[in-house]
Amino acid sequence: MEKRVTFKGWLLPLCLIAPQVVISAVFFFYPAGQAVWQSLFIPDPFGLSSRFVGLGNFEYLLGDPYYRSAFVTTAIFSTLVTLTAMVPALFLAVLADRLVKSAGVYRTLLIWPYAVAPAVAGVLWLFMFNTRVGVVAWYLGQLGYDWNHVLNEGEAMGLVVVASSWGRISYNFLFFFAALQAVPRSIIEAAAIDGARFWRRFFTIVLPLLSPTTFFLLVVNVVYAFFETFGVIHTITSGGPQQATTILVYKVFSDGFVGQDLGSSAAQSVILLVVVGLLTVVQFKFVEKRVHY
Amino acid sequence: MATVDLDNIKKRFGNTEVIKGVSLSVQDGEFIVIVGPSGCGKSTLLRMVAGLETISEGELRINGQRANEREPMDRDIAMVFQNYALYPHMSVAQNMGYGLKIAGLPKPEIAAKVAEAAKLLQLTDLLDRKPKQLSGGQRQRVAMGRAIVRAPSVFLFDEPLSNLDAKLRVQMRLEIRELQSKLGITSLYVTHDQVEAMTMADRMIVMNAGVAEQIGTPLDVYERPETLFAAQFIGSPSMNVIEAEARDGMLHFADITLPAPSGITGPVMLGVRPEHLAPDPEGPIEMQVLLAEPLGANTLLHGRLTSGAGFTASLPGVHRVAPGEGALRLSIEAGNMHLFDAKTGRRIG
Ligand SMILES: Nc1ncnc2c1ncn2[C@@H]1O[C@H](COP(=O)(O)OP(=O)(O)O)[C@@H](O)[C@H]1O
Ligand SMILES: [Mg+2]
Repeated sequence: MEKRVTFKGWLLPLCLIAPQVVISAVFFFYPAGQAVWQSLFIPDPFGLSSRFVGLGNFEYLLGDPYYRSAFVTTAIFSTLVTLTAMVPALFLAVLADRLVKSAGVYRTLLIWPYAVAPAVAGVLWLFMFNTRVGVVAWYLGQLGYDWNHVLNEGEAMGLVVVASSWGRISYNFLFFFAALQAVPRSIIEAAAIDGARFWRRFFTIVLPLLSPTTFFLLVVNVVYAFFETFGVIHTITSGGPQQATTILVYKVFSDGFVGQDLGSSAAQSVILLVVVGLLTVVQFKFVEKRVHY
Repeated sequence: MATVDLDNIKKRFGNTEVIKGVSLSVQDGEFIVIVGPSGCGKSTLLRMVAGLETISEGELRINGQRANEREPMDRDIAMVFQNYALYPHMSVAQNMGYGLKIAGLPKPEIAAKVAEAAKLLQLTDLLDRKPKQLSGGQRQRVAMGRAIVRAPSVFLFDEPLSNLDAKLRVQMRLEIRELQSKLGITSLYVTHDQVEAMTMADRMIVMNAGVAEQIGTPLDVYERPETLFAAQFIGSPSMNVIEAEARDGMLHFADITLPAPSGITGPVMLGVRPEHLAPDPEGPIEMQVLLAEPLGANTLLHGRLTSGAGFTASLPGVHRVAPGEGALRLSIEAGNMHLFDAKTGRRIG
């Protein structure tokens, strides 16, 4: 029997949910409302007054080729980050799951990168790939490859993707590993007796059973790639070269705080909010159908 | 169609020896039940035959061929697990056809074989369901179906009925036995339930702490248990055991004296099954009855001997015993005394 607690009055329940409501209000609803409000105005160059323009900011944005290319960049970037963060994590988790001896040691080592703050990770990768003093860049030079992410757009994208995904691999690894451990042994054994060898079992039995975890991580990693990679991009490329690594969030920052165009920046935040909302709805509607709980 | 030979099979987990040398030759088509209390190593033994555990020592032969090193998929076996281990994301039909699909059979052939097995197990209407939409008994059938579609040489069962309710268990036990004799597939069946072992086995292995105490037909084990453990484990209610002393061709315990088989002296354990006692005013055994359990066809009387030892008798029909006044004299039916060495527990007469 499930035990349910029922409250008689309304005061206690209200007090219990109040902290959550207050925090959401202060840190989400209020700023979101502000953003919506501000997106309807254009401030004058000195920031002393602002003029109501209705949907003018949005109209301008949708016609702006730079903004549209930031959309494409974001799509590429978040797809790459999600894949780079999840596929190796799953692979490592499968290997760690097979370990009998010293599994704990490997597990701990694999979790460490998660403890490194994204911006710090960015700096680490930046140093390694620095065109003049970076270790990796130097070795690549020895091999005859001229690494220069400051000028090369593809290399810049590659570097921010790797730097953003690196720490996430640990996070995803933890979830995949726990999920793998939860797959009942006897099901795997039944499949082995049915004739399926390791990788066949993996693709036909294990992977489908992991799908709730995979789905959860997909949502979480896409949101991460959208919003939390700002620090990495800021330290490594600052959105360059030629805006090649300017994702939507970075553009909100650079237009608003560097370019001081607060109206456009606010309009971009609103669009971003809608995009992520839509994405989440799409994920739950279409991907979840293929998930076996 | 297969024989299975276990030749002094041992299993160690680290330093603990869990299976201490089991030998057995299973004939083609034979139904062998491995029975014993929980933790005695039944599953481990079965899993070694399946290839899910490595064999530490000894040789396993399937059809006369050494199989120790073969992978589970190369042993031509099928196994039914205690929790059924159905693939939760597949339909009943997919569950049953998985092995055939892996084997690379064409789709129509898989469908035909699955349909045939489903008919045999009355699963035809359920083929499109997922395991979680089935009852326990239906899941059990699907697990059986998955095992039989592949027409393996050997069936392995690890307590397949222990998650079912009592009535279904009785029914499924008949069905499994019927199916097995129809298909004629060599089977090893693990259970902790001695009734299952008695009713299903061609031969059974009574296991205790990693040792095969006795291997024989159910009636063999019942009528002539080789060890004290086998004697007490098989039969319900379990056998009465009394410490006794053999002297001058007689058995002495408390103030009771019985004729003993010749050539036995010293401390012995005397075993008598409750159902081999008969009420007899002249009988040598006096029991103080404390509790009567009427089962209808017979009555279980629980009580104490004058020595204080617990004792149970199972008498045909209904016996009413008022508390306090239940002194009952009993005699042992001829030829139904079992004597065991007090130290080793081995049968001596
Ligand atoms: N993987 C294992 N590692 C260590 N000990 C084990 C392992 N599997 C089983 N055992 C031990 O072996 C003994 C027999 O277990 P098992 O074969 O499962 O018993 P049963 O099936 O008769 O209940 C138990 O004492 C159990 O603790
Ligand atoms: Mg077991």
